Amino acid sequence: MPSLLNMIELQSLGKTFYKDKSNLEVVSNISLTFKANSFTALIGPSGCGKSTLLNMIAGLYKPTSGDILYNGKQIVGVNTDVGYMTQKDNLLPWRTILDNVALPLEIAGVPKKQRHEQARYILQQVDLSGFENKYSSELSGGMRKRACLARMLLYKPKILLLDEPFAALDAQLRIAMHELLLRLWEEYKQTIILVTHDLIEAVSLADRVIVFSPRPASVAFQKEVDLARPRDVLQVRFTKEFQNIHNTIWDYLQQQYAADRLTYAK
Amino acid sequence: MPNKKITKNLKNFPGHADLNHYFMFILQIVVGLLVLLLWELGSGTIVDSFLISEPSSIFKRLYGWIATKSIWIHIWATLYSTIIGFFIGTIAGVIAGICLALSPFFSRLLNPFIWALNASPKVALAPLFILWFGLGIESKIALAAVLVVFLVFVSTYAGVKQVDPDLVDTVKLMGASKFQILTKVILPDATPWIYVGIQSAIPYALIGTIIGEMIASNRGLGYLVQRSGSEFDTAGVFASLIVISLIGVVLNQVFALIQARSQKWKLISR
Repeated sequence: MPSLLNMIELQSLGKTFYKDKSNLEVVSNISLTFKANSFTALIGPSGCGKSTLLNMIAGLYKPTSGDILYNGKQIVGVNTDVGYMTQKDNLLPWRTILDNVALPLEIAGVPKKQRHEQARYILQQVDLSGFENKYSSELSGGMRKRACLARMLLYKPKILLLDEPFAALDAQLRIAMHELLLRLWEEYKQTIILVTHDLIEAVSLADRVIVFSPRPASVAFQKEVDLARPRDVLQVRFTKEFQNIHNTIWDYLQQQYAADRLTYAK
Repeated sequence: MPNKKITKNLKNFPGHADLNHYFMFILQIVVGLLVLLLWELGSGTIVDSFLISEPSSIFKRLYGWIATKSIWIHIWATLYSTIIGFFIGTIAGVIAGICLALSPFFSRLLNPFIWALNASPKVALAPLFILWFGLGIESKIALAAVLVVFLVFVSTYAGVKQVDPDLVDTVKLMGASKFQILTKVILPDATPWIYVGIQSAIPYALIGTIIGEMIASNRGLGYLVQRSGSEFDTAGVFASLIVISLIGVVLNQVFALIQARSQKWKLISR
């Protein structure tokens, strides 16, 4: 059963940036496992090193210490099983939306007709039909996000790394994106790691919420989210169970905040 | 950005843009004619016509060259060296720019040498090139190319350096090879920068050729300038300069047309 496997394993992972003579330790001694088809949300203060952690999982950065295992094997170079979505929509501005979404297939060498067919289908799924021949500058922020999601899903990555992908969207659009994400996750069964600042977002989507300490990032607190699936993103936040989980994490964050304020006051 | 929008809105105002356009065009013709008129009247009265000739004799000379068809061999010679030199310089500049921008080691290693070469007056290489490549067309091509190559190199280098590393990472995660990263991300993203270099290099290709022809040649517009000057034929010098300028304008327009076609997305985003 692949779902029992630890798909991603971080073993006392650390990352330090060396710049001139000063060292900046960004990630410190993180040990975590992510099961296949799990949905994990990471929260933590701004600049604490969450994005660096994702970059390491994607294989874009090399860890300074510790190991990352993917399906039991150490990651060497970029992990092409990863779909990465950041706050910035990294669409290529000189390509139409259709060609942007079809890009992963183009790279894989899929013939034009086939890749366009598949791209059209996935664009339909994210409700972007009719925008195939537009350029990204002609689309709204939400549409670009959906195009990114479509592009990421098209090459069927086994892991989705989502780095505050919905932070810049308005509340309604964000919920629409949440629903879309959960629907697609149920269909394609990826392993998702979502970085967010929004505790409600974290609890309503994920199986597990991990709270990081201020920089250097280390695991400060973990909480399982055992809410039933499938979840109604709009309604789940009003249930008793949700409130309990939310409040537990919130209490922890409050304590951390109070402690930080004390250290800053000194 | 907001400023751009305002001017765009102003231009959309009915009739405004057209009126402005035609008015400016007429004004430009009026200014041109006025200068020619002053020149014509001033020549022989205020300034010795031996020194500045006059528009009427210049146009007579031009007409004579065209009527006897003697001008074409010169235009062809200049155009040929300019275009070949331009292409060689552009290709070399683009390749060097990409290679160095992608190789931090070599760009650091070669940096002082490149800037030293760039700062040296490349026109001063003309005597050397004549020595190396002979009196024929090759030395003119070399001079045109060497003027072009640095301009294109610098802008290509800058263009490749400004490529968004996030875009590169994005396609890397899709499993793109190095060649695919180059052709699908780096080159398209650097294209507007490369175009700026190429466009600014066009007149320099022409200048390189003309200088080469002036120093040692038996044909070409530079040779024509040189010969007319040595014969104290001021009208001939001016007539040659007019032809050179016209070639410069035409080459620039041709390039602008190519550029506009290949950058449709840029026009849309405006």
